[in-house]
Formats: sequence, structure tokens, C-alpha cells
Amino acid sequence: MNEMTIQTSLKKAGSKGRVPAGKKPAVKLKEHIVEIISDSGEGAQKCGQSLGAIAAQMGNGIWTTEIIPAEIRPPARSVAGASGNRIRIGSGYITNGGDETDLVVAFNEQVLLGRVRAKELKPNCIILLESMWRTHTDPKIVASYIETYDRVVAAGYKVYEIPMEHECRTIVADARRGKNMYALGMLCYIYSLELKLAVDQILLAFGKKDKSVVDANIKLLEAGHKWAEANLDFCYSIPATRSTEPQVVVNGNTALALGVLASGMEICAMYPITPATSASHYLSEVFEKVGGMVHQAEDEIAACAFAIGASYASKCTITITSGPGFSLKQEAIGLAVMGEIPLVVVNVMRGGPSTGQPTKMEQGDLMTAIFGSHGDAPKVVMAPGTIEECFYSIITARRIAETFNMVVVVLTDAGLATSQQPFARPKFSDTWMAPPVDQSPIPAGAKPYDWDETTGLARRFIPGQPGGMHTLTGLAHDRDSHVAYDAEINEQTLRFRSLKLAALQKTLKAPSVFGDSKGDLLVIGWGSTKGAIEEAVETMRAEGKKVSSMHLQFLQPLPPGIKEIMQGFKKVMTIESNWSDRPEDKIIDETNRRYSSVAILLRSRYLVDIDCWSEVKGQPIKPGTIRRVMMDQLKKQK
Amino acid sequence: MNMMSATECLLQMCEENFELEDYQSGVPRWCTGCGDNAILAAVQRLCRDEGLRPEKTVFVSGIGCSSRFPHYMNTYGFHGIHGRALPVAEGVKMARPDLTVFVNTGDGDCCSIGAAHWIHAIRYNMNLTVFLHDNQIYGLTKKQASPTSPIGTKSNTTPRGSYLEALNPLTVTLGVQNVSFVAQAVDWIPEVLFDIVKAAYHHKGLSFVRILQRCPEWLPKSLDPWMNDPNKVQLLNHENGLQFSAGLSKVYKNQLQHDPSNMDRAREIASSTDLVPVGILYRNPDVPCYEDLRHSDKLRTAELTSAGLNAELDKYTVWPQEMKEKVA
Repeated sequence: MNEMTIQTSLKKAGSKGRVPAGKKPAVKLKEHIVEIISDSGEGAQKCGQSLGAIAAQMGNGIWTTEIIPAEIRPPARSVAGASGNRIRIGSGYITNGGDETDLVVAFNEQVLLGRVRAKELKPNCIILLESMWRTHTDPKIVASYIETYDRVVAAGYKVYEIPMEHECRTIVADARRGKNMYALGMLCYIYSLELKLAVDQILLAFGKKDKSVVDANIKLLEAGHKWAEANLDFCYSIPATRSTEPQVVVNGNTALALGVLASGMEICAMYPITPATSASHYLSEVFEKVGGMVHQAEDEIAACAFAIGASYASKCTITITSGPGFSLKQEAIGLAVMGEIPLVVVNVMRGGPSTGQPTKMEQGDLMTAIFGSHGDAPKVVMAPGTIEECFYSIITARRIAETFNMVVVVLTDAGLATSQQPFARPKFSDTWMAPPVDQSPIPAGAKPYDWDETTGLARRFIPGQPGGMHTLTGLAHDRDSHVAYDAEINEQTLRFRSLKLAALQKTLKAPSVFGDSKGDLLVIGWGSTKGAIEEAVETMRAEGKKVSSMHLQFLQPLPPGIKEIMQGFKKVMTIESNWSDRPEDKIIDETNRRYSSVAILLRSRYLVDIDCWSEVKGQPIKPGTIRRVMMDQLKKQK
Repeated sequence: MNMMSATECLLQMCEENFELEDYQSGVPRWCTGCGDNAILAAVQRLCRDEGLRPEKTVFVSGIGCSSRFPHYMNTYGFHGIHGRALPVAEGVKMARPDLTVFVNTGDGDCCSIGAAHWIHAIRYNMNLTVFLHDNQIYGLTKKQASPTSPIGTKSNTTPRGSYLEALNPLTVTLGVQNVSFVAQAVDWIPEVLFDIVKAAYHHKGLSFVRILQRCPEWLPKSLDPWMNDPNKVQLLNHENGLQFSAGLSKVYKNQLQHDPSNMDRAREIASSTDLVPVGILYRNPDVPCYEDLRHSDKLRTAELTSAGLNAELDKYTVWPQEMKEKVA
């Protein structure tokens, strides 16, 4: 029945003439960045996600990023309340959110103002602004609208006032529900996207609901398309080649959760915390279907302890958290290190310290991940750099944790968590799964911590194994797991636990270099900055600059070959999103400058004078910014 | 059907009939006269009498004198971090419902640093047997007041006497939703201690046993008034609870008929300040266990995982045109 309605209504839309007289032909673009912003609850998020999905269907490269206010219901029409989505659409593969925005659809002038003040818009950005406020009954609102309108026009932005509310009202009584689909229709026209694909999105979102809801949304979509066609004097197309392989479009947190699903782990213990929780939400929805469970513990410590208990008695378990929760888990993480219990800890980093900026991205927890927990507590630290890596890193983390009986920390951040990027649909492999729990009898004489002299590795005894009875303890212990009162034994066991990292390091491949292996400048990054750094490097290389980059997936242990790679360059610098003292500050000099995290690590390990640049603005570092930083660095060399 | 030969049958019986020695491991490093020794004896006896397979039994503890307990059991043990014995034990039980899991925790471990976990463990009601070794003082860290120290207790942190009324672990536990088993034992009546430990073990759900135990090192006299005057100990007897031997009843004449299904009475008895009630205060076998509510009925096989993952990926897949038609 739905099919019928769609076809007839599509025909109707088509019959009015798709190309009005005087319509300009679509201008071909290589890429564009689009934002849809509204008060929260007006559906801009949904509109943006749909636009991204449609563009991906068309074969475009996309990167979508959520624009999230800190509060659930910030006051309506407020500068800080902008909620929505930012979509970068390109002809080719897109690896990051890009620079400033080219086109904005804003449901009110206040949320627009928020984006202008954040300097998120390109100087000649096109603004499609809801015009209902100009004739509002409240004179204050009218004044505010006119003031902002005049200001943005004066600032050189191309502003189109759109009577979205008015037009939607001709179709639905409450325009708040549905304006987003009207906007989607406009955007489909503007970017020459197939309307049928947008209808698919509506069916996907509302298919289960009342037919009247579906029909109303389709009508709104078509009305938006038609209005844009009749009234706008511009139109674009971003040529795309459709992929021949199936692609998955999900955000980083969903990719993480899918990784948990695929890894064969059975239990995820968590406590609600932004911005990690959406991974657990999704997992709660789907994990039980494959025999897993999500345990919402009473606090972060309990979540970690629960995961440790489950890991100790069975397969490796995962706990997912964010900054403050990661701090709270540190003592328990130390226990897992000491007891050599496999454990995967995901930290979706946010702004810190303390409560910091819960919804904003930052890479501030690298040092905590590596050095966290008191005493020497060696653990593996990995950082996915793309959405795809979010998926695979969990599978790898599980395997490393179980092979080495270690804690593996996976660091992602709020940027990856809320961004979408298509990647090749994973093909499940049996080898991703954890092996069954070993319940075979322990051979006579075997010890629970029979450390190998070379690698520090020991077989793990799991409850249920006859003959393996021992008490695991967080106290220093010997091979029998007996409490060690002897300093000699304590030192020996510190050595064994540390050797495991070296053993893992021997199995790692040297990181690859993006660009030539020799040149004037090598930029080193880790985590979510990968796409932006590589894009900047690519742009500069096209301009003839001898620059390259290297992205670290393993931060602990650092893979072999890094020093040799660095030796190919005149200068090495790191770019990351955590604090480093600004050299231009009056009292900052070489004796007191605090470097950014990965720079400290590399400087201390390789004794190379690595410079660093960092930005902690709560949002992904833009490729244009990175390009500017690299140009400055090159200038310094001359 | 496979018939076992008489010899095989006998061999198996020998294998499955454990002696006390089968559960003993190491020489306890508790002080002479420490109540922990009595608890260890009762628990080892329970394991032997119930024929618990050592490899299928796990003792989980936190930190403190009490938490040394697993080291002295020849079963699997987990001596973790301060206050977190309960969440660790919950993880063990969730992952492995086939294991018998005991928890040993002290008054500092359970009622102070781990208090949040205590409340929630009662709510989860997992099938765990929890022993609160309550000696009313921090022992391992050398005499600091604990939440259950009687007001006025002189300790290294309260040299002029502790300032606050003691927390009552029984009333707290009985006040939490989903509570399913609460009992109190004292270390100086080993017979009843054993009966309580046994009843706790047989209860399906979280059995919370507070055991008043003496600390000969730091509070040698604190329990004397009750130990020296049998009338100040009130035994709770009931046909649905514990029933005491004639010999015991001769000494402990102060007995109260208490039906453990009566929550109101249980709370009243628990609130007693003068008398020490000993026995089962509350038991409700019908409270659901979290592991039963949450345990998946599906096995985490590669086939199921593959199917589940692909079903999820389908939701987010952008198919190339030709494949899309095929899928449709």
C-alpha cells in the first residue's frame, strides 16, 4: 500500500515540471559541507543523518558529525542550544569532517548565531534561514531575528529566507514534526540527490508507524523539493561513483558495539556516561540476540570489577566508559594487571579534567591510559583512527587481552563516537571469536603463574579446571599465586609483567608512512585526527611540499621502526588534541614547556627533538588548521 | 544405558567424597583467638558435608583480615581490592552460574568502602553466599574505628572514643528491596554458626550472613557482655528456620519463635540493641536471581554471532545497485 502512495505522489511531484524555466544547470562540486541546525527536538539530527545516508547511497564519500548541545532540553532559540548534524559530502572518499561549512539550514536565527560565533561557517557560506520569526507575534523575537539577519547579511553570508513553517503548515498541523523532512527535500534538490532514496529513508524511519505519518513525511519531503526547485537560484551536483562493494554507514560508537558483537565477548559491564553510553545503548538492544549481555552496574568501579570477575571465570569481558569513569576504574585496572586477567577497557574520551566538556572531543587521556593505576601497571593501549578501525580494534583488543592475559585500553573520542563514515561491510570470520573457556584438567605440577623467562607469558587457570585451584591475589605473588613477602620475587614479577609488552611489541609491524619516506616534515598523530592529518598532508604534497605523516594505532607498546622512519625527515612534529604549553606565552621556555602527550612519549623513547602542536577546542582539528600549522613549521626550518 | 562396575562406582564415590583436608590450604595467619578461624572451620566443614567440588567453588574477598579467607581454602579464590568483593563475585556468577560462589568481606570492606556495592548486591540477589566478618574494627590497618564500631570505641583514629552510633548491617540489609536471606551468627557458638552457614548455602539468592567475631588484638573485650551472658543471646528458632539441639538449648535459654518469612518481625528483631539475635531473620526463596533474569538462553556460537552480526549490518548497509536488487 505504501508503495502505491509513493509512486503516485512521486508522479504528482514530477508532473509539475522538475526543471522550471530559467533554472540554472547544476554546478558541479568536488565537495560541500552542509549543516542542519535547530533547537533540540526539531529533528535536525534525523535530517542530517538521512542526508548522509542518501549521499552515501548515491556513491558519495561522506563524513557526518553530530552537533550536540550539552543539555537534553536547552532553552528554545538559544545560542548554546544548537542541535543538528554536519555532513561533508564529496566526490571521493572522505576521511574527516573537513573545514568550515558551505551551506547551513537553520531553523532559527539563534542557533545560527551560535555557529557563526563558533566560526564554523565559511565566509561566503549559504544560509537557508527559517523566516517565520520575522512576523512573530513577540516583538522581541522579531527584533532579534532582524538584527541577526542584518548582521549575517552584512558579514557577507548569502542568506535565503525560507518560509518553512508556513509551507509545512499547509500539509501538517504541527510543523515542528516534519520540518526536518521539508528541509531534507530542499537539500535533495540543492544537491541533485534522488528523491526516491529520501523516500526510502522515511520508510526506514517511520515504516513501522502509522501510514498517515509516512505519507505526511513524504508530502513534506516533496514539498521542500518543489519549493527549492521553484524558488532557489542555485543547484549543485557532487558527482559520485557508486561503490561496487557493500558499505556500512554507522558512527564510531555503533562500530564499537558491532565490534563487541563480532569479537565473541559475552559480557559488557558499564555505567552511564557521556559520550560512551550510546555504544552500550546499542549493545543493550542487540547483544542478547547473540548470547551476550550488558550489565549496568551501580557505579564505574563496580562495572570494572564485574567485568574483571567475569573475565577471571570465563572469556575476556569488556567495560566501556569515558574520562571520569576511566579515572574511577584505575584501581580495578591495576588488579587486572596484577592478576593477569584479560580485560578490554574502552574510553571514549571527552574534554577533561574533572567533568570537563562531556559532549566534546579531546585526546586528553593518553597518559592516564598508559600510566594509570598506581605502581608499574603495564597495559596495552590502542587507538582507532577511523570508524572502521573502531570496529576492528575491539576484535584485536579481545585477542591481545586473551593471548597476553593483559588489560587492553581502546581510546576513541567524542568525535569518532558521533561521526559517521561508510566503510566496507565486514565479513564475519570465525577467528574473531574468543575460544571456548578452557575447562581441561591442569597437569600435575603446573603453576598458576608459570611465567616464561623470555616473554613473561603464563597460562591462565580458569575456575572449573580440576587441579588448578589457587587464590588469585592483588598482592605481590609468586608462581604458585602465594603472597610474596620477598622483595626479590616482587621484582621478578614486575619484570615478567613488563616483558609481556615487549613480547607483544615484537609481533607488531612498523607503522606505514603516508607520503614519501623522506622529506622535510613528518607529522605524527594518533586516534581520530588521522583523516584530517592525512588530508592536510595530501593537499600540501599536491602543492609540492615534502611532508608526510605517520599515524600510531598502538601507543603502548610503541611498534618497532618508528625511529628509522623519523630519521628520514628533517623535522618531526606531533599534532593531537590535548594540552601543550604555548611557546609564545611569556614564561614558557624549553625548561618548563609541557609537551602534548604523544610528543612526550616519543621524545622520551627516541631522544629526538620532536616539536608538538595541539588544539583543545572540543572539536575535531580541521585539515585546514593542520595545513597552516605544517606550513608554519616548514617556514621555521628556513 | 551405561552400567558402572562396582569398582568404578566405588572409585567415583571416593573421588567425590571429600575430606576436610581437601579444602585446607596453608596455615591461616590470623591471630590466635580470632573469630575468622571459627568461620573457616564452619565453611570447610560445609564444603566437605556438601561435597563441593574444589574446582567448581570460588571464594571471593576484598581487603582486610577477613579477606585473607580464600588463601586458606583449597578451592579457587579471588583476593581482590578493598570493597569490591561483591561486584567481582557478581561478575564470576554472571559468567559462570555453574560455579558455587562465596564472598568473604569485613565490616570496613562491606559497610564502608564497599557500601554502595552491598546495597546493590542485595538488589541483584544473585545466588551468592556472603559472609560479613564483623569484628567492629579495622584490623589489618591496625585499629581504626569501623562503621560498626560501638559508639565510644577508642581507636587510633578516635583516641577519645568514636563519635557516631554504629551502623546496623542487619537493618540496613533488611531495608533493601529484593532482600532474600538475612541471618546473624556469632563466632563463639560454632554449632549454630555452622547451621546458619549451611542454611545460607542452601538458599537460592543472595544469602547475607553477618557473623559477629572477636578481634583479640584490637577489641578483645567488645563482645564479652554477650559472650559471657548466654541470656543476652537470643536464638531464633522456627520450624521453617533453625531448630536447636537440647544441649544447646540448655545453655541458651533465651529463644524466640520467629518465622523467617515475616519481614516486619525480622526488622524489629534486627533493631534490638541489647540482645544479639542469632539465627535466620529473613528468608524469601521467591525473589528472582539477577543471573536467571539476565542470562541469555542462547549460546554464543560462531553461527549465531555471524547471523546476528549480519542482521545488524543489514540495517546500516548501503548496497551497490546491482546487489541491492539481488537483496530485495
